[in-house]
Amino acid sequence: MLTYRKAAIASLVFPPAGIPALYHSLKAGKLARQGEIEPAREQGGKARDWAWISIGVGLTVYVVAFIVYLLFANHGDVRKVFFGWSILTDQKAWRSLLKGFWINVQVFMITEAIVLVWALVVAVVRLLPGRACRPLRFIATVYVDVFRAFPAILVVYLVGLGLLQAKVPLVGDLSRMQYVILALALTYGAYVSEVYRSGIESVHWGQVAAARSLGLSYTQTLRHVVVPQAVRRVIPPLLNDFIGLQKDTAIISVIGTLDVVNRARFVNNAKGTLAAYSMAALLFLVVTIPFTRWLEWLQRRSQSRTQGGR
Amino acid sequence: MAFLEVRGVHKRFGSAHILRGIDLDVELHQVVCLIGASGSGKSTLLRCINALEVIDDGVIRLDGDRCSGSGIDVDALRQDIGIVFQSFNLFPHMTVLDNITLAPRKVLDLSREEAADRAMALLTRIGLAAKATDYPDRLSGGQQQRVAIVRALAMQPKLMLLDEITSALDPELVAEVLNIVRDLAAEGMTMMLATHEMNFAKEVSSKVCFLHEGQILEEGPPEQIFGDPTEERTQAFLKRIIDAGRL
Repeated sequence: MLTYRKAAIASLVFPPAGIPALYHSLKAGKLARQGEIEPAREQGGKARDWAWISIGVGLTVYVVAFIVYLLFANHGDVRKVFFGWSILTDQKAWRSLLKGFWINVQVFMITEAIVLVWALVVAVVRLLPGRACRPLRFIATVYVDVFRAFPAILVVYLVGLGLLQAKVPLVGDLSRMQYVILALALTYGAYVSEVYRSGIESVHWGQVAAARSLGLSYTQTLRHVVVPQAVRRVIPPLLNDFIGLQKDTAIISVIGTLDVVNRARFVNNAKGTLAAYSMAALLFLVVTIPFTRWLEWLQRRSQSRTQGGR
Repeated sequence: MAFLEVRGVHKRFGSAHILRGIDLDVELHQVVCLIGASGSGKSTLLRCINALEVIDDGVIRLDGDRCSGSGIDVDALRQDIGIVFQSFNLFPHMTVLDNITLAPRKVLDLSREEAADRAMALLTRIGLAAKATDYPDRLSGGQQQRVAIVRALAMQPKLMLLDEITSALDPELVAEVLNIVRDLAAEGMTMMLATHEMNFAKEVSSKVCFLHEGQILEEGPPEQIFGDPTEERTQAFLKRIIDAGRL
């Protein structure tokens, strides 16, 4: 019973729950001394429950309180800088930001479509069997190693400005948006191909044996048996990477694309606060959260179809 | 010349020498049972026959054609040889019907309808027509293994290889799977099975081979192998089986 009392005293950090915890633990101690073991246990259990509530609720309350305090610190400067009301309600600013954000959304969607296919190609090439395919595997491996090592921001600079300056054949004459899409697709293609690869390797060899023994070719086996299972398995990590990509579209601002970040900078320069950045951040939030929930829903649905019974 | 000829087959996995010179004939419509302890090479032999494993030495001929070594078309070979595994290996992302029709559609170029007709006829025979649109994990182990057998049969193979197909099943589900094998044997399907079900081997097989450390130590009709084995190690193996109450 002593341990309950300790916990209860500790949980007094948040009195609304801590006091009941202490009350029950004292009661438990008293009952125990009278030899009433069963009721004492019950009181002890209540004391423990209240102690946990005290910790769970208490910590949350303090975190929220601290944030609120920050917002109003320095006579409300924090609030003004991050959430300046005059800008948050400025329709012109919102319109400008939305126009920029639309660029981010386009870049994100096109890049994602490209990456989904491109990364799978890279993953499959890396897993090609046989000695004949060794050079291909090597190239794919080098690509993945190199582009996973490069910070995305450098790739955006090099691809977005360099290819144009050097007039590289085939890709020397694209629009700025096409360059940033290319840069992000190269970077994320390397990441996502590794996700695919782990998914493909996680498919049990018995599946391949079964498919091949039915006379399906290597390619048919990949196409109908391995890749469909691999893709289902990698949806969660894939999601994670795509949310990363969605945010990383902000990087394209460094080569002067008129995306949401650059437009927010213009607004801020005119108004002298940072609130427009908060607005831009809000836009990302508004898109990312429903997107995540939607993909989770898709995944749950496909799971409940193939694993109905259990 | 036998329908399936296995001559001097060796298989190594790294330093492990699993098959050490296997010679075996299987005639058309024969049912050949491979018995022996775990690790004796039963499964490996079956996997070598349909080229899931590449043999290191020797030759295998099916219907007179060499089907091992370089230059063979493994995909064509595997159309003639069906295999069923201990762990079913149904495709979990496809319905029962799709599991069965995939290979006929993609390999034999049957239309969706033809393949489905063929699959439904087979499913009806084994009493699982009602499960056609279910996913494999809604089925019991016995049902899954029956579907796996049907999936192999849908390719209309000339030879069926059954690799310990009841070893992963709960005891009460073994019979429903063995009944199908029994029916196939009665219809004259040529089969090779690796099995620990000695009573079943005794009942259905035309020939029993006792494998020990990668060699066929003894082969003959089931009455002889189970009734009067000549090899000491066959006797010892069967004694262990009998002591375990499995024969």
